[in-house]
Amino acid sequence: MSSSQTDETWYGVVARVLKANNVSLVAYIPDNVLAPLIELIHADPYFTVICPAREEEAVAIVAGAYMAGQRGIALMQTSGFATIPNALASLICPYEIPFLMMISERGTLGDFQKGQAIVCRTMRPVLQSLGIEHFAIQDMGQLEFAVDGMVKQAFATQAPAAIILSPLLTKRVAA
Amino acid sequence: MSDLKTQSGRNETSVMNRSVLTRLLAGKLKSEEAVIGGIGNSNFDLWASGQRPQNFYMLGSMGLATPIALGVAIAQPQRKVFALDGDGSILMQLGALGTVAAEAAKNLAIIIWDNGLYQITGSQKTLTSSGTDLVAMARGAGIAQSYWAFDEAHFESLVDRTLSEDGPWFIGARVDGEKPAGTTERDPVKIRLNFMQGLGVKP
Repeated sequence: MSSSQTDETWYGVVARVLKANNVSLVAYIPDNVLAPLIELIHADPYFTVICPAREEEAVAIVAGAYMAGQRGIALMQTSGFATIPNALASLICPYEIPFLMMISERGTLGDFQKGQAIVCRTMRPVLQSLGIEHFAIQDMGQLEFAVDGMVKQAFATQAPAAIILSPLLTKRVAA
Repeated sequence: MSDLKTQSGRNETSVMNRSVLTRLLAGKLKSEEAVIGGIGNSNFDLWASGQRPQNFYMLGSMGLATPIALGVAIAQPQRKVFALDGDGSILMQLGALGTVAAEAAKNLAIIIWDNGLYQITGSQKTLTSSGTDLVAMARGAGIAQSYWAFDEAHFESLVDRTLSEDGPWFIGARVDGEKPAGTTERDPVKIRLNFMQGLGVKP
């Protein structure tokens, strides 16, 4: 079933693809854009949902769960990503842990917060310098293929991945 | 065990030795309990206590021993999980104590070696040397079973309780500034694969 042929929401597709890939642990730090996904995941008993105080904790919780046999993902926004480079560089990357993160991209394509805009510019250079696979999903037509592919590649290659949700996906009103 | 002793604050406890206490702990682990050793001397002494396959040694990410242990505890609720970390490390990630309390992780115990020093960087003082009480902070974060180990015998009795009763637990132990008894081998991927095998997980 292709999501473009249905009225499925972006967050519905994400939750469905995570389940299909046995990603059952979700650790998140709240974000307005991610709110409907967070609500959906809380309502679905398939998911174990953890709400830590800081993104670094989410990184470590998901890493620990992976080593103990449970697949997980951390949800955060751009400014939260800016708090975790040390955890990525000194835990995830050297230990080759397939850490999944889903980042709602703030600070671009119409943001009104200068701080968000500036912190947004740090995200890709950090991901690139650490050699972390990343892709910004822009429309529903890409969504299922990209999330499913990035999740599968992360576990197959024992490498982290940053699934970025562009405002083009999450905020644009469909034409 | 006197419950009154568990009410004592940091200043009323004996100063012990991290290597000795780590060996006491390791000697009690008979059921493949997982142990996460925090960066620096916490995992050096864990290594020196015997390289159990269920030990994970952190070579970076200061402060994250407790959330790594929480992740392991959530994924394997039948296994007891210990986080061993220093006072300087946990001071960096105090929110993690609230997360542990909120998750009410029954199979998790946090043990903090508190020497009041950033020992490995030249023994600069940490906040605990000027009055910060980590056991009080843990209790304030919602971990009701948070205790200072009064002496070695009390440490052993607290560890026995973590192994036989539900957690989460937080044990503070004041330790001296002696060097660790060994140094961890530094191969992160090997550490991870050994640990996963020790937990019965295929990568």
